[in-house]
Amino acid sequence: MTATQNFHEELEPERYELAAPPPYRFEADRREFFKILGAGILVVSALSTVHAAQESGAAKRKPGGELPQEISAWLHIGENGKITVYTGKAELGQNIRTSLSQAVAEELRVSISSIAMVMGDTGLTPFDMGTFGSRTTPIMNLQLRKASAAARELLIGLAATQWSIDRKRLLAAQGKISDPDTSRSVDYATLVKGQQLTQTLPAEDPLIAAAAWTVQGQSLPKVDGRDFVTGKHRYPSDLKLPEMLHGKVVRPASFGATLTSFDAHEAEQMPGVTVVHDGNFIGVAAASTELASRAAAAIHAEWKSKPQSSNKELFEYLKKNSIEKKERAVGGESSRIESGSMENGLKSATHRLQQSYTVEYIAHCPLEPRSATAQWSGENVTVWTGTQRPFGVRGELAEAFRIPEERVRVLMPDTGSAYGGKHTGEAAIEAARLARAAKRPVKLNWTREEELTWAYFRPAGVIEVTSGMRADGTITAWEFHNYNSGSAGIRTFYDIPNQLIEFHATRSPLRQGSYRGLAATANHFARESHMDELALLVKMDPLEFRLKNLKDERLRAVFEAAAKKFGWGRAKTYAGQGFGIGGGFEKGGNVATAVEVAVDPATGAVKVVRVVTAFECGAIVNPDHLLNQIQGSNIMGLGGALFEAIEFENGRILNGRFSKYRLPRFSDVPQLETVMLDRKDIPSAGAGETPMLGLAPAIGNAIFDATGVRLRSLPLAPNGVKKV
Amino acid sequence: MAGIKQINVNGKNYEIDADGQASLLSVLREQLDLTGSKYGCGEGQCGACTVLISGNPRKSCITPVSAVGQKQVTTIEGLAKGDQLHPLQQAFLDEGAMQCAYCTSGMIMTGVALLNANQNPSASEISQFMEGNLCRCGTQPRIVAAIQKAAKAGKAAGQ
Ligand code: FES
Ligand code: FES
Repeated sequence: MTATQNFHEELEPERYELAAPPPYRFEADRREFFKILGAGILVVSALSTVHAAQESGAAKRKPGGELPQEISAWLHIGENGKITVYTGKAELGQNIRTSLSQAVAEELRVSISSIAMVMGDTGLTPFDMGTFGSRTTPIMNLQLRKASAAARELLIGLAATQWSIDRKRLLAAQGKISDPDTSRSVDYATLVKGQQLTQTLPAEDPLIAAAAWTVQGQSLPKVDGRDFVTGKHRYPSDLKLPEMLHGKVVRPASFGATLTSFDAHEAEQMPGVTVVHDGNFIGVAAASTELASRAAAAIHAEWKSKPQSSNKELFEYLKKNSIEKKERAVGGESSRIESGSMENGLKSATHRLQQSYTVEYIAHCPLEPRSATAQWSGENVTVWTGTQRPFGVRGELAEAFRIPEERVRVLMPDTGSAYGGKHTGEAAIEAARLARAAKRPVKLNWTREEELTWAYFRPAGVIEVTSGMRADGTITAWEFHNYNSGSAGIRTFYDIPNQLIEFHATRSPLRQGSYRGLAATANHFARESHMDELALLVKMDPLEFRLKNLKDERLRAVFEAAAKKFGWGRAKTYAGQGFGIGGGFEKGGNVATAVEVAVDPATGAVKVVRVVTAFECGAIVNPDHLLNQIQGSNIMGLGGALFEAIEFENGRILNGRFSKYRLPRFSDVPQLETVMLDRKDIPSAGAGETPMLGLAPAIGNAIFDATGVRLRSLPLAPNGVKKV
Repeated sequence: MAGIKQINVNGKNYEIDADGQASLLSVLREQLDLTGSKYGCGEGQCGACTVLISGNPRKSCITPVSAVGQKQVTTIEGLAKGDQLHPLQQAFLDEGAMQCAYCTSGMIMTGVALLNANQNPSASEISQFMEGNLCRCGTQPRIVAAIQKAAKAGKAAGQ
């Protein structure tokens, strides 16, 4: 393993790691499967050891040790011709239910409508670490393609045997195997009748090359779109079970407060109200949310709070509270990479620059807050909840209730999004606790205030950059320290001989975790802002300066494409107009973003007028969904770039509601233009995160271009730009 | 506050048993099991709960059920005529104007109200009218396109 790989692994900041999944007893499961599904063909897709390690969070195990092959998906073709795919991945709006169906349809040569996807159900689908990190497309998509190709080859084999001819003469198309010579054909349903065939991957199956795709690469609409436009789809918060009660939790006065005493007398008198007290937990279950809320409000609880730090001293706090290496931090371990010598690099420099950048905590704000419905039957509990990690939540429930995981089933109905914010199972545990006491199913829908307070946030951070550059604009030295926000995207992709890059894990005043793009947003913001600051020192055009220090051909291509479409270098046409560019590389995707802002000369208000994004993530699976993700990332990213920030004081959130926490709205949306580079020769990578990385620095750089004011904090201009 | 016993939703009279202060949203979702209207904030900020009351878009989370009286409530579930989608529902599908789609029913209801009032809205009129509806997934440009598409379809149908 090279030093670089090692570095990369050490820096992967997965914040909610699981232990390895339980060893899979495949033989038993397979028989179970045929019992449930009836006869047919079953293809079991096992992950390669590398992916198994990543997916199970075991990446840090010593290399060389044998890792078990993990089952990643099942695919079943039934006697009725129905194809059922089982994957632990979850649908949160990224439209993987559609794109994964496309992968299956392509290789199996069937129509999309004959495929049913069973997703994120711990009772039915194979273990899955979770849906995050843009890994669904590079890993699951490929697994399903392989499984489907294997099934196709099995079917061809069956037909060949039946007709006693050479399988090479046979073709699979439209759910049938046919023999072009005799023009006879047989459909899959007929072929699998009475069969109980299984095959385990990986096998060397001929996959269809991207250039020959007919279903993948197409813009198919969301497979079950009609259920969404008619209001028929049931999100987790919409579920209703017979006899179901509604839950409400009494929240502590501040983070980390302990319950000292409470009086629930009044609540207990209310009809049909169950009050549950267990340690620090108090909650109620009642026939309606109305009544549950009234009962919860009638409980008088005393909490002992402890003094905590506040927004005002946030960045000082982070700098002072870094954690020694190997001590377990929520933000991952501290880590460091060094190449060349900073000392030499700075010595050979004509210009030296030292700057510090900051990012605030921000909230995910999925439009559907956390929700869970729990039902006990004896010692077994079933929970329907919106989470990116159904198997992780299963583990949390097992731990909370001290029961084995086999007694817990977690199902994940397609959910009102997450953006990295729903890795955890708080609502699931609360609903299950209430349901156990009430002896009836309980649904608990968090309010927006709860979601904005008791979930977790994107880490805040401080980034310090020291650089050296020769008079001709060649960067010679690059030192980059990130305190707390994380190490995703921390490495510079510019060619700099002398580097020192360090992530400092830090104690965090607020509960923090994953977020779309993780720390890559913060790291790109600091790096790409600093690049502009360096370009200014040598009076070079920011784009030209970047290209001078950049060899990577894929990244150069997106910068050039964005600049071309944007019309980079053209003259300004009005006062307050500014242009900026920024870009980067993360998780297999390359992005460059060029932005036009208009800063009102009188008020300093910033309007992002136009955003041009060039993006390349290998072969494109579904152009329209990709475009949707790119546009969506940019609109979401606008909030964190310009105005979103969590305000907190002494263990309380001060702006935990939509009337106080501003999100991007229709009028904020700029003119969005996108260039998608389709590299059919490069395996497809995920695209839900990386497209937003260039936006914040590009806006900061454009504001500088418009006003001469350099902003080094995210959000950049919650109250406009003040001239200094 | 007196209890509310009856409400008209999607052309149907329902018997209910609600405190007058209860939000229309909670009655729709919990008593009538019409869960197409969503909760996103409970304070009139996101529009996920939008329904039509006598044709006007209203945020049902901040509308007490007592304020409805005899007026007709239309929710997303009442928009299609049998299997025939409303042109705006169809346009949302055609334009792929959704990701997680949690905002979609509120967007469609607000959009329908706009189209009822203005058969040919410009992009900026749409964006102004829709300002109270949040889409965290960032599908706003597609929503604007869908409303414009439905407007065109409506005009074609009217001719
Ligand atoms: S839930 Fe009614 S406006 Fe947000
Ligand atoms: S599509 Fe997810 S909030 Fe609009």
